[in-house]
This record gives sequence, structure tokens and C-alpha cells, in this order.
Amino acid sequence: MTAAAAEDILGTAASWKAAGRGVALATVTLTWGSSPRPVGSQLVVDQDGNMMGSVSGGCIEGAVVKEAVDAIRDGKPRLLDFGVTDEQAWDVGLACGGKVQVFVERVG
Amino acid sequence: MKLETLKAVQAARDGRHAIVLAKRIADGAEALVSADSATGDLATHADVVALAREALTSGRSDTVDTSVGKVFLQAFIPPPRLIVVGAVHIAQALVPMAAMTGLDVIVIDPRRAFAADYRFPNVTVLQDWPDEAMEKLKPDATTAVVTLTHDPKLDDPALDVALRSDAFYVGSLGSRRTHDKRKARLLEAGITEAQFARIHGPVGLNIGAKSPAEIAISILAEIIQARAALNEPAERKVKAA
Repeated sequence: MTAAAAEDILGTAASWKAAGRGVALATVTLTWGSSPRPVGSQLVVDQDGNMMGSVSGGCIEGAVVKEAVDAIRDGKPRLLDFGVTDEQAWDVGLACGGKVQVFVERVG
Repeated sequence: MKLETLKAVQAARDGRHAIVLAKRIADGAEALVSADSATGDLATHADVVALAREALTSGRSDTVDTSVGKVFLQAFIPPPRLIVVGAVHIAQALVPMAAMTGLDVIVIDPRRAFAADYRFPNVTVLQDWPDEAMEKLKPDATTAVVTLTHDPKLDDPALDVALRSDAFYVGSLGSRRTHDKRKARLLEAGITEAQFARIHGPVGLNIGAKSPAEIAISILAEIIQARAALNEPAERKVKAA
């Protein structure tokens, strides 16, 4: 049963929501080149920045969580683009040289 | 995402029905599309529904251009199943790890002391005879089967069903000597040489595994290899050991 899976992202989203928490889902919608997680990979975030799942190998989750918390607050969906690491933004770049697009939206 | 949408996707997944969530990137407008139904704001757009049905078949999530703008199609396809025959010590290590890799795990063992729920939290445990349980579960091309009991009374009937099915992986625990005896019995029961050759036995990748947890890892690694080979282009196919 999927209940035993370590990462039941939608199940986590539903249970956090049922517990009265503000919840957002981030989903990888496009990838180019070598990216660590395939299209459809998801990250669930609550209003305090707690998270489960992944949309990269840990490279961009920090930035995605911040946008997700904002989306919970204002209810507006967001489309985020992340590319190759550069000197100015090394903490939100992808060291692997790939690019990913992530859709972030509030649940409910 | 609407909460109803999330719950509908969960229900489809729990019932092992494939479903596609179509979502307009611009505003998050949604449609839920299955083989025989389409609901939600975007469901009135025939091209969106048609593209979603394509994703339903291919199983691939993607962003596509439609008459109403860019739409992300997320395919939720039932995960492969792993049927474990024998609720033994190795199974206790194999089952949670297999679930972690995304396999839908079912344990079969008619011996109540072994198949106790507390030994296998959160997975389906069937206290049925393996032949009956296997006939009900109907292994298909997205199913792996591994027998762990060493007991011909339990392993053989399960293997008999598995080898006549399209299961993408069949493994059976036991030494070479046990495996040779197994072969004699199953051929006697009408299994062909070619069908028997599908069994991974001795089971698991050869990594020198000794403890139950190590053996579980070697079995799971072999299942992952078999599953990956299914999805690879023919020329890159891993020759399953």
C-alpha cells in the first residue's frame, strides 16, 4: 500500500490541511538538460516552511519554500524558473547545469 | 489546487485507477481526466481532454500548448506492485524498503503467526493460501513476485501462477540445490523450461549479502534493475542476471 511509502506528498498535503495548516504544493512542470528530479515531482510546504518531498536534489528547495509560503498567504499561483548556478545566486542555482520550472500553488 | 481535486487524485490512486490532472499554468484552472470521465473547469475544452488522455496512456507528465494556453498534465499512474510470499524475517526488511521505492507491496502468508499485522504495518497482508491469493491478485506486467518461505507447499503454488503471468520479475529464495529441486517439481507440474528460466534464483544481486536486511537489499536492487530495464531503450537494456 502506498501508505507505507516514505513520501506520500498528496497524503501529507491532505493531512496537514485537515489539521488546519496553510498548505502549498510545488510541482516540477518542465526540465531541461540534467535535472535531478523528473517532471511531476512534488514538494509540500506549510505556512511555517515545513516541507516534505523534493523538486531538486536540495539545490532550490529553500527558494521554493519561500515562494510557497508567500503563495499560501496571497493565494496566487506562481511559476518559478531555475537555471544554472551563477556567482550572484549560487544558493538558488542548480550545480548540475540543468534547468527546471516549478509551479507553486496553494491547496484549497 | 482545490482540496476536492487533491482528494479525487488520492481516491484514484488508492483504487489503482490511472488519472491525469490538467492544470493551466496561468491561473491554476484544473481538469481531472480518466479513461471514461473528465471533470473540472478545463474539462469543456476537447483538446485539453484529448491531450490528457494521451498522457493517461503514455504515463508521462508534461507541459503542453492548448487552445486555452499552457497546460501542465500530471499523470498519476498506479505504481508497480510487489507481491511477497512468506511473511518471514527477510520480508520484514524488504517490505518497508520496497514501499519506500514506490512499490505497492502485498504480503501473502497463511501462517497467522508470521502474517500478523503488527509485523507489517501499513501494507496489505493476506492470510490466504498463495495460489488463491495469487489468482485473485492477477499478476500483470507491472507486478513483481518474490517467494521467501523455502517451503514448497507455499512457494510452488505462487510460482506456478507467477510464471504463467506477465509479471516483470519473479524471484525465489533458496540455495542452488533447493532451486534444482524446485525446478524438478515445477516442470512436473507443467511449467516449461523457458517459463522456469524467468525465475531469479538464487534471488538478488550478488553483493555478498548475509543478514536478512542485506539479502532484502540485494533482492530489491534486482527488482529495481528489472523495472528500469523495462523502461530503457532496447539497445541499452540491462541484461538481467
